[in-house]
Formats: sequence, C-alpha cells, structure tokens
Amino acid sequence: MPETPEPLHLAVALDGAGWHPAAWREPDARPEALFTARYWADLVAEAEHGLLDLVTIEDSLSLQSTHPFRPDGRTDQVRGRLDAVLIAARIAPLTSHIGLVPTAVATHTEPFHLSKAIATLDHVSGGRAGIRLKVSGRVDEAAHFGRRTVPELRIEDLDTPVGQELLRDLFGEAEDYTEVLRRLWDSWEDDAEIRDVATGRFVDRAKLHYIDFEGRRFSVRGPSITPRPPQGQPVVAALAHRGEPFRLVGRSADLGFTTPQDAADARAIVAEIRAAQAAAGRAEQPLHVFGDLVVFLDEQPGAAADRKLRLDRLAGTGYTSDARVFTGTPAQLADLLQEWQQAGLTGFRLRPGALPHDLTGITRGLVPELQRRGAFRTAYEAGTLRGLLGLPRPANRYAGVAAGAAGAAAAADLVGAEGATAR
Amino acid sequence: MSKPVKQIHLAAHFPGVNNTTVWSDPAAGSQIDFSSFVHLARTAERAKFDFLFLAEGLRLREQNGEIYDLDVVGRPDTFTVLAALAAVTDRLGLAGTINSTFNEPYEVARQFASLDHLSAGRAAWNVVTSWDAFTGENFRRGGFLAQPDRYDRARQFLTATWELFDSWRGDEIVADKESGVFLREPHPGRFDHHVSQFDITGRFDVPRSPQGGPVIFQAGDSEAGREFAASAADAIFSRHGTLEAGRAFYADVKGRLARYGRSHDELKILPGVTFVLGDTDADAQERADLIRRQQVSGQTAIRLLEQLWNRDLSDHDPDGPLPAIDPLVGEHTVAQGRASVRHHRDPLEVAAEWRAIAEAKKLSTRELIIEVTGRQTFIGTPARIAEQLNEFVQTDASDGFILVPHLTPGGLDEFADTVVPLLQERGVFRTEYAGETLRDHLGLGARRPARGTVEVHS
Repeated sequence: MPETPEPLHLAVALDGAGWHPAAWREPDARPEALFTARYWADLVAEAEHGLLDLVTIEDSLSLQSTHPFRPDGRTDQVRGRLDAVLIAARIAPLTSHIGLVPTAVATHTEPFHLSKAIATLDHVSGGRAGIRLKVSGRVDEAAHFGRRTVPELRIEDLDTPVGQELLRDLFGEAEDYTEVLRRLWDSWEDDAEIRDVATGRFVDRAKLHYIDFEGRRFSVRGPSITPRPPQGQPVVAALAHRGEPFRLVGRSADLGFTTPQDAADARAIVAEIRAAQAAAGRAEQPLHVFGDLVVFLDEQPGAAADRKLRLDRLAGTGYTSDARVFTGTPAQLADLLQEWQQAGLTGFRLRPGALPHDLTGITRGLVPELQRRGAFRTAYEAGTLRGLLGLPRPANRYAGVAAGAAGAAAAADLVGAEGATAR
Repeated sequence: MSKPVKQIHLAAHFPGVNNTTVWSDPAAGSQIDFSSFVHLARTAERAKFDFLFLAEGLRLREQNGEIYDLDVVGRPDTFTVLAALAAVTDRLGLAGTINSTFNEPYEVARQFASLDHLSAGRAAWNVVTSWDAFTGENFRRGGFLAQPDRYDRARQFLTATWELFDSWRGDEIVADKESGVFLREPHPGRFDHHVSQFDITGRFDVPRSPQGGPVIFQAGDSEAGREFAASAADAIFSRHGTLEAGRAFYADVKGRLARYGRSHDELKILPGVTFVLGDTDADAQERADLIRRQQVSGQTAIRLLEQLWNRDLSDHDPDGPLPAIDPLVGEHTVAQGRASVRHHRDPLEVAAEWRAIAEAKKLSTRELIIEVTGRQTFIGTPARIAEQLNEFVQTDASDGFILVPHLTPGGLDEFADTVVPLLQERGVFRTEYAGETLRDHLGLGARRPARGTVEVHS
C-alpha cells in the first residue's frame, strides 16, 4: 500500500431487500415495507451517515426474474418494485449530501421526460442528482410498450454477429439518448431567466436553445421546459460488462460501473474504457470507473461466508452474480478495494447482499476502516454530487451562441439588421 | 334549509406559466426552486386543503415564431416534484397533469402507482391529451394525431392504465419469512390489452397502491368531456366561475352520473378560481385592479390580442384603440403551445364584440384586454369571500374550488390565515383531516376496479 492512497469513492447499490434472493427472509429484513417511503428513507439515511458518495436505486420495466431476459413464475423471491426516479425524489428532501442516482431504461422511455425529471431531481436535491441509464433487450419489456419489437437477446448470442449488431443498436440508441439529455440540460443558459421588469421580459430568449437532435431512432427539438439544473449536468452513469457498453461509458458517461473478477481483470477493463474514452476525444475529461462487488460483511472471520451459505440454502442454490461476490470482514474488504484501486479503479459500487445488515457493514465497518487508513473522507467536502466526485460543473455548450432560440424569421431579421452595419 | 349543509372542498393550484401569474411583483419568488413548492404545499396543508394541483406543458410556448418571453417560463417535472413534496407533507393530495398523447400506459401507470405508494395514498391524475405536432416535436411518437385518433388514444390510454392498476388485487404479497412464500400466487400483474392504439401484454410490476390507483381528474368542457367525467372521473377541474354557469354545468354533469351507475357524490366539481382579499371591499377592488394591470402589461395586451387576431400586431399601440384590420381567419399560426387559443369562437364575431365593448366604455386596447380576459374572481373582505364561496357550494354551483393564486409562493398565505378560519367557523370546512388518503378527503369511496371503456377529452 502507498503511504497516502488516493481517496476512494464509494457508492452503494440499493435493490429490494438486498442482492441475495433470500435476503428478504433475514430476521432484520422488512419485506412488508419494500413499497413504503420509510423503507427507502431509512436506507439512504444510513448510507449518508456513512458519508458515501452516492446511492444507486435499481429499476426495470418488468418484474424481477431469475432469468436475465425472461420472466419467471417464482413466488419465493421479492417481486414488484417502485419507480426509481420517484423513490430518489421522495428521499431527496430528507437527505442533504449524498448523491441520488436512480436507474432508467433508455430503450423505452422518452429522453425529453427523463431529462426534465433528472433536472428536477437536481433542483429538488440541491445538485445531488445523477442517472444510471440502461438498455433493454427483453422481448417481454418491449411487449409492455407495444411500440417496437425487439429480437430476443440470448446470452449465448452475445458474441455472434447477430448479437453484436443488436448490442450496437441498443447502445447506439442509449448514446443518442445521453446526448439528448445533455443537450436539453444545456438548452437553458444558466442566466436565461432575467425577470427584467423594465422591458417586461421574464426570460432572455436568446439564452434558450433548440437542440434539434436528429437520430436514427428519434428526434427532439427542445428546449427543455425545465431550467438548467444546479449541477449544469447531473451525473450520467452506466453499468458495463463488455465491449459495446464499455464504448458507451468511454464516449458518453461521467461514471462507469464495471464488474472485474480480480485486480488483473480490473486493469484490463480500465484500459479498455480509457481507450474508448481517448478514441472519443475526451481523454482529458474526468471519467470515473468504479468496480462493482456484491458484499456480505461481518466482523467475525468466517461469519459472512456462513451467512451467505445459510441464505444460499434458503434459496435452494448458491448465489452468483455478474459482479464478484465478496464475503469477509470489513478489513478484508478494505484490503481488496485498495488492491483493486491500484489497478486503476477510482471507486466502488457495493451491492449489499442483505439489507440493512450489509449496508451497516459498509457504513459502520468498512468506512471507519478505510478512514483509519486515510483512504476515505471523514466529512462531506462538497454540496453537490459532482463536487463529491471531483467532477467540474460543465460549461454550457450553447453559451455565447447568439440568438439560438429565435425563430427563422427573427434570425433572418437579425442577419438583415446586422448586414447593414457589419458587412 | 331542507338540504344538508355541504362541506367545501378546497385545493391549491401552483401559479402557472401564463399571464395571470405575476412575476414582476417584489413578493414574487422562484417558480423552480423546490422551496417555493414546499411553501405553497405546506400552506395548503396547514389550511387543511384537499390537494395541490400542478399543470403541465411539454414545449415552451411560442408566438410569432419566437419563444414567448413575457410570462413565467420554465417548470419542473410533475412526477418528480410531487414525489418530493410527499416527503414534506403528510396529508395533502398531490395532483399532477399528465398527458396521454406523449406517454405510454405502462410507464405512466407505474409512475402513478409509485407516487401513490410513496405518498401513502395521495396521488391524483389530471388526464389530458395533446393536440399538436408542435409539442410532438419533443417526443419519439412525434407528430400529429388526428382528432378522432387523439381521443381514441386518450380513452384507451386510461382504460389500459386501469387494467394495469387492477392487475394486482392487493393481497398477493405474503412475505412470510418462515415458509419462504413471498407471493401468494405466481402471476399477479398479468394484463393483455389489444385495441386500435395499444397492443400491450405482460405483467405490471408495481403492486396495488393504497388508493388502488390515482384519483382521476378531468378538465374538459365539451360534450365528450362531460360524458367522460360522468363515466370515469372523480373530480372535474371546471372553468365555470359564475353562479349561473356553474349551476347549469353542475346540474348537467351530475345528471349524467346515474347512467353509469354512479351516485351524486362520486364526482366533485371544482372550478378554478382566483381571489383578491382586502380590509374592505373597496380595498380589495383596488388591489384587484392593480393586479389586473400587473397581469396585462401593454406588451402582454398586444400578445393576447394577436392570439385572437392571428397576426403580428407588434407595431400596434396598446394605449390606442383596437386595430382597424380584422382578425385573420383560417389556420391558427401565431401562437403555439397554448390551450386557450383553441377555445376562441369565430374570431370575427369575437372581434366585433370587443370593438363594441371598447367603443361603449371608451377603452384602449390594453383596457379592453383587461376587461375581456378577466376571469371570475372572488374580490372582497375575507368575510365576503367566505360567504360567496359557501353560497356557490350550498346552491350547487360547485363542490368546492381550486384556488389559483397570482403570486408564487406566498399567494395562498392570506387566504389560509383569514378565509379558512371563517369557513371553519361556519362548519362548512374541515378543521382536521378525517382520513389519510386523498380519496378520504374528497369523500370518495374505495376505488371500484375496471369501470370499462371511458370517454376522455382534452
């Protein structure tokens, strides 16, 4: 370990009763409260107590399932969930520092609606909003909307030409979607609202901008109906496991969640994302690459592994995940995080195996341990999520572009008027 | 009195994006900062109002091809603000206008069901349609839906969301840790909806919410709109602010309920109204005149005139007489993104009426606009206003009111402090919430599942 390690960033991923399918059966689990605001408020308050950078809130447009692309008919696991953006909004007034990053599905939702929702989450939280975008290749989710048909995506097809084409299509659309979100957030300059009583003008319409996005899947005219949010642009995150998603993170995101299995894997993933970032011409821009881990934490050595085993027995199968599943003590986890950090990861998103047990393991076990090592903050040092992550507030791409909001006729007038003097 | 004394329902409208909201007043605050929403919501809850109401706009308004810059511009996302307000209020209903044209039933249903869960049963939905390709340019669906398709879509949209809300009965979640049974049965949330506008199937993923779904509001006034309200809405946000018009509308709509097997009390009629208070009636009138001048500046008068005239009148003098030229008849192109523009009758006829009024009363353009665009407002002392509100309700001109203050966020404070106590003294307005949910406040029974095909209007 180096003498003075870079401070780590820590996120926690909230989902139902925890990520283990039998977590809801733990003695301290509150499965009957999953659909109440109090449940989520308590969890996020605990995460904020631990000074974490942010929480993510999982979501999808279908019932949870053990199958990655199809519903199952199981009755022994948590099924049903609330809209993640609304959970984040409900929690925002009850917290003051922690970042709130709900999940949304780019494939079926409207970028205009999501842009104003996340801008509003940023207004409501005083600059603590982010969004984790995901795509959906599920036939059943497409059928919930009935607007488009998608070919069934199967895991065994992912590396075939057909699978690759499908991924390119879905993630290409997500990239367009991200571009629309960002343009809409910029479509109001920060000082567009002038309230100029003398001229009777509430806004300076030269500081409102049509975004005129034309993409393969959709077009959006703009401007947003919601003024530019406090962070300028809320933080855009995505979970990525492989090539095409890595390119989305490299090109478009502020924060990528990845699933390395060991330090060498982490190094390779970081290299691939950094290469995609450089290829997109944004090598100089800050881009966080976090590692995801499912965690079971107990102070007694061996207790966490025993607990996971007990939950596995209840579930009838050994729990595995796309991310590495860690069982151990907070100190052991701190060792692992610091080792992986050396591989180039800038932070971690921890998925608690069971709630609230493994969340408090993070906030009351891991965090103090990292603090003792000088590797984690001891107080919130910024008021916004960008501030916590060390991301600058983006300049507005439209600022200084004259008369962007004027209609064609007005623009022609302007040119004509200027032509008399300037040409 | 042979009739029992009716209880008045009161709601607060967050001051909106139009010229009735005065932003130039020194007391006017932000229309975006969350603190403004908190202030209005807490005032409404302190006064024991039924709900807070948010309007919606999905594209910035334009006039003469330019973004309209004279009124308040900019608003937050409806669902997000309402969910956040649920954290800072306990009982107040949270009503949002959500468009059925540029949304999809699965998503809107999970948003409203989520809001209802997160507010412990306080969600309401004002269902509207959108009529123009102008707004559509911001959405994947894009352009224009022909009028019949638009209403078909709205009707089918509402029916589809009800199927989703009702796809969970409410008793499916057992969550028995001992036996390991989370769901009582394997397939709650199943739906299958195949109609001309929607071809959707699958499983809804939000369990039944405390109210079984949001309270349904409707705001249209056409024949189709009235029929929809009678068949399916829980409350109507009506435009009728006078006693006579209110009574006629009330009798007409309530008279339609029996046809759908519904009782008189299952639909509340709540006109949107403004109010100006004063120490004396004369004071109040003076304040009202000042507010009208704040609402209709010379420039605003010209812009409102253009909306009827359908031509650029930017060179016209607001302090002079009405334009000598007539309105341009035909396709309306001057103002876009405004619902009110569609409600003009024959523009030539209206212009002739306006000219007659201006001539008779010797009014300038601005004075005339102030005269003809003023909505019915309650103007007077708190005692007079309390008396008038009560008269409206006791004589069946309405069941209550949605109050539209002209100031953000403090426009309701005085009403809450002065008028509400008088209504409470008369025994016609609650002093404490009797129930937990918005349906409780409105005196609506438990929501009945699946009311079948419904009519809806913009």
